[in-house]
Amino acid sequence: MAVYRRTYTSYVGPLTPSWSRSLVLFRYSRRKLFRSKFQTGLFVLCFFFPLGCLLTIYLAHNLSFLERFGGVSASFISIDNKFFLTFLGVQGVLAFVLTAFAGPGLISPDLANGALPLYFCRPFSRAEYVLGKASVLAILLSQITWIPGLVLFAVQASLAGTAWTWDHFWIAGSLVLSSFIWIAVLSLLAMALSAWVRWRIVAGALLLAVLFFGAGFGQAINAVMHTQSGRFFDIGYLMTIVWTSLFRVENEGPITSGQAWIALLIYCAICLALLVRKVRAYEVIK
Amino acid sequence: MSTVIQPGAAESTSQTVTAAPPVPVIELQGLSVRFGKRDILKDLTCSLRGRAIGLLGPNGAGKSTLINTLLGFYPPTGGSARVLGFDVRRETRSIRRLIGYMPENDAFISKMSAVSFVQMMAELSGLPSAAALERAHEALFCVGLAEARYRELGTYSLGMKQLAKLAQAIAHGAKLLILDEPTNGLDPSARQRMIRMIRDIRDSKQLQIVLCSHLLRDVEDTCEEVLILNQGRIAHYSNLEEERKANKRFLELETYGANGDFTEAIEKLGCECAVTANRLKMILADGVEVRDIYRIAAERDVRIRRLNFRRDTLEDIFLKAMGN
Repeated sequence: MAVYRRTYTSYVGPLTPSWSRSLVLFRYSRRKLFRSKFQTGLFVLCFFFPLGCLLTIYLAHNLSFLERFGGVSASFISIDNKFFLTFLGVQGVLAFVLTAFAGPGLISPDLANGALPLYFCRPFSRAEYVLGKASVLAILLSQITWIPGLVLFAVQASLAGTAWTWDHFWIAGSLVLSSFIWIAVLSLLAMALSAWVRWRIVAGALLLAVLFFGAGFGQAINAVMHTQSGRFFDIGYLMTIVWTSLFRVENEGPITSGQAWIALLIYCAICLALLVRKVRAYEVIK
Repeated sequence: MSTVIQPGAAESTSQTVTAAPPVPVIELQGLSVRFGKRDILKDLTCSLRGRAIGLLGPNGAGKSTLINTLLGFYPPTGGSARVLGFDVRRETRSIRRLIGYMPENDAFISKMSAVSFVQMMAELSGLPSAAALERAHEALFCVGLAEARYRELGTYSLGMKQLAKLAQAIAHGAKLLILDEPTNGLDPSARQRMIRMIRDIRDSKQLQIVLCSHLLRDVEDTCEEVLILNQGRIAHYSNLEEERKANKRFLELETYGANGDFTEAIEKLGCECAVTANRLKMILADGVEVRDIYRIAAERDVRIRRLNFRRDTLEDIFLKAMGN
């Protein structure tokens, strides 16, 4: 089909392997995401806190440098599980903000403009579509959560020595696992909501509402019904419970980590069910 | 080719097409599709091999449902369907590898240029990135969107969006092109362009076409075979090419000065005649030629104003199939 001839000819060249099709979607979606200066700026902002943490670790291991500034003691800076939990807490909030802006733009334009039949009329399944779109968020959020977390851990390990590293090696695992759970919850929530409402701005607002109003709704239930069950509506709280248990920090809340795990799994299952229902070429109206 | 062996179908035809492809494009065996309690497609059986197949029917006849079932979007509730020899239940991926699909409704990604959009779709069909980019440019040239290919799809007019949908359907080099109402919402000149393009693609003989429409002219202008659906059933199958050849002996005359004597003389030759006002429709008997008609007219001082070979139009066929 040469340009100058303008007639149809079939394609006889090689084809890419089936498994690589999700990567196509990932590549295009990511490119589209970073075309927005606001998104790019927000993404860059997410690295300021890890840089601060890096500086903190450096200062904690260089007491003489600190003491030069008016005798400030380094003893208040303890690089332990609570330090990494705080790091993940802050980055988790930033991950949420980033998801609220970046997530809904992944699926809702396809649904709003009826593009799904074009994807699914090719050798490309619904699971691959969701995987391709979710991988954009997963990698984006990984870049601001567990990857810098592991870098901080590696720096701390190199400065603190082998003994500290072996004693605290579990923190690296907690960092990765905690981040994975948060990324999974955020990605599924963002995609399910944008698939449901089909309008990018509304989907972003809804994501914020689910987290903030969910917490408020839960508090209202607690106040009215004199119970603590309303906490199950607060996804942020549930996540904190899971994180504190993974980072071996004491939790005195009304909900156990096991209950929080189950609640989060239920939320993920609901999101998956929404995606299965909505992400299809054509909806069947029975 | 044996077609439409359909219990309950309004009409069936058995015809032969020379040089038919060895594997039927579409083969249905008692195909049924049900949504909830509604039967959308009911026990469809046929085998279609034409280079350009038209799916006709009034709104709600089940045309789009049939296409979506062939694409594997809807599971059949009964019977079986094969596309290019592949089963729609078990070999959906193989079918989709060979198909280019242009859906009926708006289907695009608004914040994407046409060339990126078509390239991405070609890559999703399995083309390597560089080949997909080249094919995207070529497909957009082919459909006439060359000048606008770097523009965002959201800024396109309806006609341009239709062309972009066609471009993404042909970019990966499909073996079967399924077009669902390709001229929907187009003005007459844009419709003409689209029809011409479909004919050009058909005449390239590199792929087969299934065109689904409720517009008779679209199907008549592009297709060789027509399957008419009504209320989820096959109402009629027609091989337009064969009918065009078969109806060469169907004449329509417009005369001046004709009377019963002229008609009688023609009927004596063995022709069947029907008279309406100044028009005379007839089927020429074997051995009778047009020159005989001119001779009889001259002998009786009848002037022949117009003489046409007239076959049943698709509209006639369609109305018959609809029982009207």
